[in-house]
Order: sequence, then C-alpha cells, then structure tokens
Amino acid sequence: MISNKHVTKVYKMGEIDLTVIKDLNLEINHGEFVAIVGPSGSGKSTILNLLGCLDKPSSGQIFIDDIDVTNLNTTELANFRGENIGFIFQSFNLIPVLNVYENIEYPLIMIQNLAEDERQKRILQLLQDVDMLDQKDKFPDQLSGGQRQRVAIARALVTEPKIVFADEPTANLDRETSNQIITLMRNIQREFSTTFIFATHDEKIVTAVDRIITIVDGIITQDKRVSL
Amino acid sequence: MKNILKISFRNLLRSGRRTLLTASLITIGVIFVLVYSSLSGSFKAYMIGQVTDSMLGHIQIHRKGYVASVDNLPLDKNLNQQQINKVTEKLDENPLIESYTFRLKLGSMFSNYVSSTGIRLNGIEPQKESQTLPLFSARLDGIDTASLKEGTILVPELVAKGMKVSKNDTVVLVATNEKGSVNGMNFKVSGTIEPISGPGGRDGYIHINDVKKLLRLKETEVSEIVIRLKNVDDLEKVMKMLKPLTMIKNAKDKPVFELHSWKQLSPFYNIVKMLDIMDISIKIILISIVLISILNVMVMSVYERIKEIGTIAAMGTTPSTITKLFLTEGLMLGIFGAALGSIISYIIVIIINVIGISFSFGRQDLLTLNPTLSLNEVLIVSVIVIIISLIASISPARKAAKLNPVDALRQN
Repeated sequence: MISNKHVTKVYKMGEIDLTVIKDLNLEINHGEFVAIVGPSGSGKSTILNLLGCLDKPSSGQIFIDDIDVTNLNTTELANFRGENIGFIFQSFNLIPVLNVYENIEYPLIMIQNLAEDERQKRILQLLQDVDMLDQKDKFPDQLSGGQRQRVAIARALVTEPKIVFADEPTANLDRETSNQIITLMRNIQREFSTTFIFATHDEKIVTAVDRIITIVDGIITQDKRVSL
Repeated sequence: MKNILKISFRNLLRSGRRTLLTASLITIGVIFVLVYSSLSGSFKAYMIGQVTDSMLGHIQIHRKGYVASVDNLPLDKNLNQQQINKVTEKLDENPLIESYTFRLKLGSMFSNYVSSTGIRLNGIEPQKESQTLPLFSARLDGIDTASLKEGTILVPELVAKGMKVSKNDTVVLVATNEKGSVNGMNFKVSGTIEPISGPGGRDGYIHINDVKKLLRLKETEVSEIVIRLKNVDDLEKVMKMLKPLTMIKNAKDKPVFELHSWKQLSPFYNIVKMLDIMDISIKIILISIVLISILNVMVMSVYERIKEIGTIAAMGTTPSTITKLFLTEGLMLGIFGAALGSIISYIIVIIINVIGISFSFGRQDLLTLNPTLSLNEVLIVSVIVIIISLIASISPARKAAKLNPVDALRQN
C-alpha cells in the first residue's frame, strides 16, 4: 500500500519557487489499476516520480508498505526501487546494446543478483506472457514500437515488483498496439495482483482503469473509482 | 562482474569508430614509447659494451691522483709491487670479479725514420688484456692477440695512416723515464688497431715487458689495474666492496689508491643519462595522450547516454554499479590500446632486427643496432597506460553515477 501525507514538491526556477505539488494526501491499495490524469504541466509526472522513489518531496512523507521512503539515501532508494518497483517509459528506454533476453535479464543480474536457472525460468515465462519468445535474440533496434514496449513491460515485471509505474506507456504506439499493451498489463495485474499506476492522457487507458485521479495545478481535483 | 564487462564491451563497440580511433591513438603512443626505448636501450647497451669491453673495463684502480693527470700519463704515479699485491689480494677473493689486468702507460715519440709523432702507449699483458676486455681482439685488424709479442707494437689506425707505416715495418719508440734518461727501441709493427669513441682512441699497444725495458725499470710498476665483472649489474655492489682500498693511507696519512667505475671515466655516461631523461619525457607525453583521449571519449560516452543512465538508475542500479560500468569501459580501452601497442611494438622490433639499422657514432661507422624489447619495459608501459586510463575515467564515471534519474530520464 502507498500512502502520502502532506506531500509538497517545490522546484526552484532561478529566483522563483515553483510549487508543483501542493499538500498531496493519497492512498493507493495493493493491486489497484490506477490512472493519474490531468493537463500537461499539472504535475502527474512529478507525482509518479515521487511515488516511484525517483525524486524526494520538498516536505511531507511517502510510505510504501509502511516504509518511509523519504528518509532513504540515494543508494538505499536505488536498492528499494530494484526490489519493489518497476518502470515502463513512454519511449521504452531499452538498453540498445543488450538483446531482448538480456534487457529483461539486466535487473536480475545487475540489481537483484538472482541465480542463473531461476533467472532463465522467469524470463522465458515472461517472454511467453508478453508473446515475445520468438524475438528473444533480437536487439531493440530490430523491433517495432509495440514489441519494444512488450519487452519493457517484461523487464519491469521480471523483478516481481509490488508496484509498476507507467508514464504515458501508449503515447508512442498506434491504437491497436495500445489496446494490446493495455490488455496485457490488465491481465498481468489480475494474475499477479501487481499495482499499476499510470500517468496518461490516453482515453484508452482511462477507460480501462478502475480508479482515475485527476490533478490540476498540483492538486487532486477528482478521485473517482470506476466499477467495470 | 562478468556482466559489467559484457555491457561495457558492447558499449565500446556501439561507437566502434570512435573506440577504434581512441584505442589506436593509445596504441601509437605505446608503440612510440616501446620502440624508442628499445632502440635507445640497444644503442646504450651497445655503446656501454664498446666502452667497457674494448677500453675501460668496468672498474679501474690507480694510484691516488693518476686520473686527474691522466692526459700527461705521469710515470711518478704508478703503483709499485707492494701496492699491487695489496690490490690483487682484494680482487682475488672477490667472487663477482671475472678477471683483471695491468697496464703500464706512457707517452712516447713514435718515429718511422723519416718523421716522428707523439703517441700514447699502453704496456699490456696481451692474454689477460683480451680476457678482461673481450672486444679488444675485435679491434685488432684480423690479428690474434697472442701475436702481440715482445718487440712488436699495435699502432692506432690514425697514426699508422698519418705516418704511412704498415704491418711488419720497423719503427722506433723513444721515451724519457722518471729520472730523465732517454731511451729508444726498435719495434716491429704487428698490426693496426681500430679507433673507438672516447678516451683511448689514439692509444698504441706494446707488451708490458717492453715498457719496462724502454723505461729501464728495475722493479715492477703498473699505471692502472682494469677489472671486469662477471655481471655489469653488480657494478655498484663491487664498487662498495672495493671501497676499503681507498681508505688505505700511506706514511704521510694520504690515501694511496683511487677507484673509478666506467661511469666516472667515460664521457659517454652523460649521453646515457640524457637518453634516460628523453625516455622519461616521451613517457610523460604518452601519459598525456592517454589521459586526454580517454577523458574525452568517456565524457562523450556519458553525455550521449544520459537517458540510458537514467533508465538503469530508475530500475535500481546503484550509483556504485554505474561508476563501475564506466570505469570498466575506460579501463578496457586502455588495456586494448596497451595490448595492441605492445604486440605491434614486438613486431616492429623484430622487423628492425631483420632489416638492421646502422649508424655512425664518433669515428665509428656502421654500428648495427640489435634492439630488444624487455618484458619488464612492456609491463611498465602497459601498467602506466592502464592506470592512467582508469584515472581518466574516474571523473566522467562519477558524473554518470551522480545523475539524478528524474533529470536524466527527461533528456532526449
């Protein structure tokens, strides 16, 4: 479970202090499929970065499973992310020098240091889940956008994270591929009860989630649960 | 670690041309240093060999004050039998000494019955002389050392040419002894002797017994004792072992002997020192090349990969692992450059040996260099290059590790 208490984020723009997030209080439960929506510059990405432990709030506290992540140093935060959090990016961000299999393997060896046979089992299973098993030896530049995002999803899930953060995961994909990717993530969420938190404009995502949090100017203006 | 190596290696291959360019820059630097030091080393070894093995020996012992006035070849500064005994006693018990020989030197008039000139004469014991100075017989124009019998003279080429004397001619040597009495003797020319660089280029050789006769000496005297070591690397050690000789005082409380190594006797030692300084300078240039090129490439690597660094950082890669990734990349460039440079240097040295590079030094022509590349030198240069590569990578690697993932991910 994620909970925030009075989280504020202020960016210094030269002489001016720009308050991007104002007194955010938010709780997200385990296994939720949540979209954070709002106009550009409203602070969605900032919330995602804060909840994803990439950035620290200017004030307030963020708890993830009762751990106060605001008190962790850079290395502890990195280790915490490696153990608990997965990321999916708008432009996929695969490592170009590694092939599909190695990209998914990366967090397991460089971060979690998992044994070889366990690694292989997990990666092959995930490759099957995202339907990329036959592409496992290809390099990112040999794949289409949708295929790359599938690999990125597999990479985000391979560490068995509690929460996956996805910043505009469908923005660089066409409609059909987007729908496939959303369905894929939805299935994974149902199967593993992984929490998914999206920052998005995409109507296709918004209609697929069970909770929509609307942000305007750094303040939650609406928090709506949708029953499908 | 295996995976860090794999990723770093592939990152290097990613910008293959740049990697190749940097590595070849390092390679060329390494080749320069190794080939230069191998050439200068062989020149040095050759010249030192010439100086020590044909004329000076490794160490010389004289009566105190002889070397200071060596240009006049003084006869009143010779060692007498008692002093010789004292020295040989020391030399015989020293296991590091290969052999030693005596010389009795004097200045004399050399005449071919038509004209005359001054000549420096060395009275030697031919057998021991060639034992102590292995290159001595090589300087004799195809004659056996043993042919320097009593009554014959080896004339330095320059004097032989100028005085138009050749083998088997008869010449007269005239000398004044310590007491002022003049004596002349006939000698048969047994051959000529090649000049060498440095002192001793105009020295003629006769048998030591002939010097005694020429100077009408009643007792044995020698001007210098020339020592050859089994291994020239022991020079400083043997110098120290022989040091007590210089402490021996005479009745007037003045030291009796003086001890000199070839370094003190030959002006060539200064050239050796200069070569060593150039060796160091060229190494400093190599260090700068490696430092600048690796630093440049690593800074570029970090800048063009900011988003990627952000991604792996977001996924949970710790700053220390990111540092390692970039350090490994720089290190690999250095290792690759050093290894390739060493291999090519070996090949070049082999080629130089096959072709043969000759040069002239002083009055000597056609000296052929036989450069060798010692494993030691290769290792030292490689280690320098690799350490400098690592040092050059530290700052870019730390910059990468310190990137804030949020800012890094925002980059395109």
